[in-house]
Amino acid sequence: MARRETPEINAGSMADIAFLLLIFFLVTTTMNVDSGISKKLSEKPPADYVPPVIKERNIFEVNINRNNELLVEGERMDVKEIKDAAVKFIDNGGGEGKLVDGVSTGPCDYCKGEKSTTSSDHPNKAIISVQSDRGTEYGTYIIVQNELLRAYTELRNRLCEERYNMSFTELEKLYKDDINNLELKKKVEDIKTAYPQIISDAEPTSAN
Amino acid sequence: MSKFKKRKKGIPAVNTAALPDIVFMLLFFFMVTTTMRETSLQIDTPVLPSATEVKKLEHKSLVSTIYIGKAKDTKYGIGYNKIQLNDKIASADQVPAFIINARTKVAENEIPFMTTSIKADKQSSVGTIIDIRLKLRDVNALKVSYSTNTGSDIK
Repeated sequence: MARRETPEINAGSMADIAFLLLIFFLVTTTMNVDSGISKKLSEKPPADYVPPVIKERNIFEVNINRNNELLVEGERMDVKEIKDAAVKFIDNGGGEGKLVDGVSTGPCDYCKGEKSTTSSDHPNKAIISVQSDRGTEYGTYIIVQNELLRAYTELRNRLCEERYNMSFTELEKLYKDDINNLELKKKVEDIKTAYPQIISDAEPTSAN
Repeated sequence: MSKFKKRKKGIPAVNTAALPDIVFMLLFFFMVTTTMRETSLQIDTPVLPSATEVKKLEHKSLVSTIYIGKAKDTKYGIGYNKIQLNDKIASADQVPAFIINARTKVAENEIPFMTTSIKADKQSSVGTIIDIRLKLRDVNALKVSYSTNTGSDIK
């Protein structure tokens, strides 16, 4: 006895079920890629550590008080101006570089600063010290950190453009895509040692 | 008049047979990309500051997140300086334990690459961040990322 054709399963509500699941995943999904300002903390110094003496001219002092106001090198400043001030300080190049393996790196030949005797000697000696109050708003603190990083990025980009005909941002991206490329690595290292990021956080002033 | 009648008759039903396929495709996409939030926030979702010089955090399994903001429950007090570790409101003193606990979950050779992401509200104070930073330094968790949005806050 020949069987009748099996009746087709009604798939009309399939879409509804799929939609239900879809909406569930749509709601629970979080697509945010976490990004932020990365920072490497300094290691805990040993108890008997004596901090090295650093010449006043090589320190760029930034103070943020509890009212979120800025004091840069003893002068009141607006956040907008801090980047240019930092660039000017880092890029001054008024003296000899630091000692690497006992040999001086010499004067900064890529700096385009004023070579003033009251500002930094060499980018690798230039230290930016940020001191904030305990009561300072985190938002302001981040803005200042960001502006200082922008100063470095600007200088690195400029130097990279001169040496390798591309911005440092591009170079880093290229290197990231091709992590085993030694030539690119050398270039990245070169720029990084030319303008090392030295931003230190000084002990905060107390709000109480 | 007859012309109009004819046209009305002629509209064919839209074929929706492929609709489930499309929906399933989207469904699978979201199923694959979805990551369930591991912790429920005990603080109000922090309003992150914005910055331009940001770096993306890679390797999610190597990131431990510390939230700082205003507690949802007023029994913890008000103010934007409450710290959340895992599911609980905690104090800065508990940060080392939190980090050490996070370390047990990753392979030993990956420990130096572990990053602590600090998600703090704009209105939190730097003092809280500094307390945490000192604790992190104590346990040698030196890689820190201050979570921000991309953009500029300067008007």
